[in-house]
Amino acid sequence: MTRDTGRRQADAVACTGLAHAFDDTSAVDGLDLTVRPGEVFGLLGPNGAGKTTAIRCITTLLPVPAGMVRVFGHDAAGDRMAVRRLLGYVPQQLSADAGLTGRENVALFARVFDVPRRERAERVAQALAAVDLADAADRLAATYSGGMVRRLELAQALVSAPRLLILDEPTIGLDPIARTGVWEHIGAVRAATGMTVLVTTHYMDEADQYCDRVALMHRGRIRALGTPAELRERLGARRRAAPGALPTLEDVFRDVAGSGLDDEAGDFRDVRSTRRTARRVG
Amino acid sequence: MSEAPAAPPAGSADPAPAHGIDLLLKPPRPRAAWRLLPARVGAMCAVELQKLRHDRTELYTRAVQPALWLLIFGQTFTRIRAIPTGGIPYVDYLAPGIIAQSAMFIAIFYGIQIIWERDAGILNKLLVTPTPRSALITGKAFAAGVKSLVQAVVVLLIAALLGVALTWNPLKLLAVAAIVVLGSAFFSCLSMTIAGIVLSRDRLMGFGQAITMPLFFGSNALYPVSVMPGWLQAASRANPLSYEVDALRGLLLGTPHHLASDFAVLLVAAALGVTAASALLGRLAR
Repeated sequence: MTRDTGRRQADAVACTGLAHAFDDTSAVDGLDLTVRPGEVFGLLGPNGAGKTTAIRCITTLLPVPAGMVRVFGHDAAGDRMAVRRLLGYVPQQLSADAGLTGRENVALFARVFDVPRRERAERVAQALAAVDLADAADRLAATYSGGMVRRLELAQALVSAPRLLILDEPTIGLDPIARTGVWEHIGAVRAATGMTVLVTTHYMDEADQYCDRVALMHRGRIRALGTPAELRERLGARRRAAPGALPTLEDVFRDVAGSGLDDEAGDFRDVRSTRRTARRVG
Repeated sequence: MSEAPAAPPAGSADPAPAHGIDLLLKPPRPRAAWRLLPARVGAMCAVELQKLRHDRTELYTRAVQPALWLLIFGQTFTRIRAIPTGGIPYVDYLAPGIIAQSAMFIAIFYGIQIIWERDAGILNKLLVTPTPRSALITGKAFAAGVKSLVQAVVVLLIAALLGVALTWNPLKLLAVAAIVVLGSAFFSCLSMTIAGIVLSRDRLMGFGQAITMPLFFGSNALYPVSVMPGWLQAASRANPLSYEVDALRGLLLGTPHHLASDFAVLLVAAALGVTAASALLGRLAR
């Protein structure tokens, strides 16, 4: 542990002055962010807001050139292996290997997280059962529906008993029933394990419904932070809305992003990846 | 924007608690540092074998070309007797070269797989596991070696069917396996290094095609180094495929060889390949 040991329990994520630039383009510009243990935290923002870059710094995929990132007190720049052992990560793309069965997909992550051979099969079975894929475990992932693949990825992340589950656009492209299924399983697993969930999403309604707190990012910084209800109430008070006609989280999003949505936000690869994911799950 | 999915109704069936999840509450203990590399290599090799078990199409289609080399080129040049082979039939002389060639062809395009894994998010997911980049690359390199080894077994069987007088000494066959895996590890690392530079499948495909033929024809796979012009002999000495073929020919046919130096060159080449590919892996993670 670190200097945070004076606190009763280290924050799940603590970013202080995090900055990251690609050549001359600043992606994250002095990000201050705290995610509390056990909460479902939504990181929202338009394309190019810096969400993915921030997530990649937290997951150690990118270096931390300026500022500080800590995950449960471990420095993401200096103690990468310790941070990775605490993480379960589901990227935006459909990242299950279609050439393997569901069970083999999960077993791979059990192996790379050093699950001992004697408990590997049971642990993999529990992870698959936790996302309702026990019956489909021995089918190739290529035969799964989009919602099943997302649940399989969740099982891959859960098999190492992470303390922090990071989900990048977990429901993109799914139909409403599949989205409900994914969120149900996230909620159930979180309730059973007490893990912290950090999620990015473009679906404001999902964030409103399932996140304990949300942060709205724009141009590399947090522009609004609080519970969805707090953010709506704040905007409602500013607009002097009637109590029964509070703005939606989407209104808050529009208020924060304003007309300053960047036409160049989200590079070609990001957009192609998003569309490919949506197409594959659709 | 689409509508929010319905919230789970209160008291609805809770998917997780219906099954035991006690193991999912307990993080696995980290392995000792010295066990980490073999564990990751084992994991990556297992994945490759599982994929081959589910879909053997590639194995069959990739067997066609080496079979044609042995059947057409090998048989014809055996009759022509144009290439000095030290008194053995040309098809016998050719067989180890074709084993090395088919293993190299599999390995040299392995970088395409890593770019595909990057695009599919699989690579990022693996990079967020407690796996050092060098261990991940070593694992991938040996996985390519295992895939190549399966291919080498197929070519070996074809050669045996064509009457090539190969050794069946198990120790020598074990050494053959080690040489094939090591050679493929180097060529897959070369491919992953190029992948880390060019970052796109199309460009890597072009590079792969540009280097495979010079590597093949600039080696001793088809003819002895002694019949090459001086400049090509020099190039051949810098070509790891030549060392792989030399070792395979010595082990399988009993021709004169330099097994220790061949093995050392392939080992050093593979180590340098792992270092280079690991250093460039970060570019793929962006």
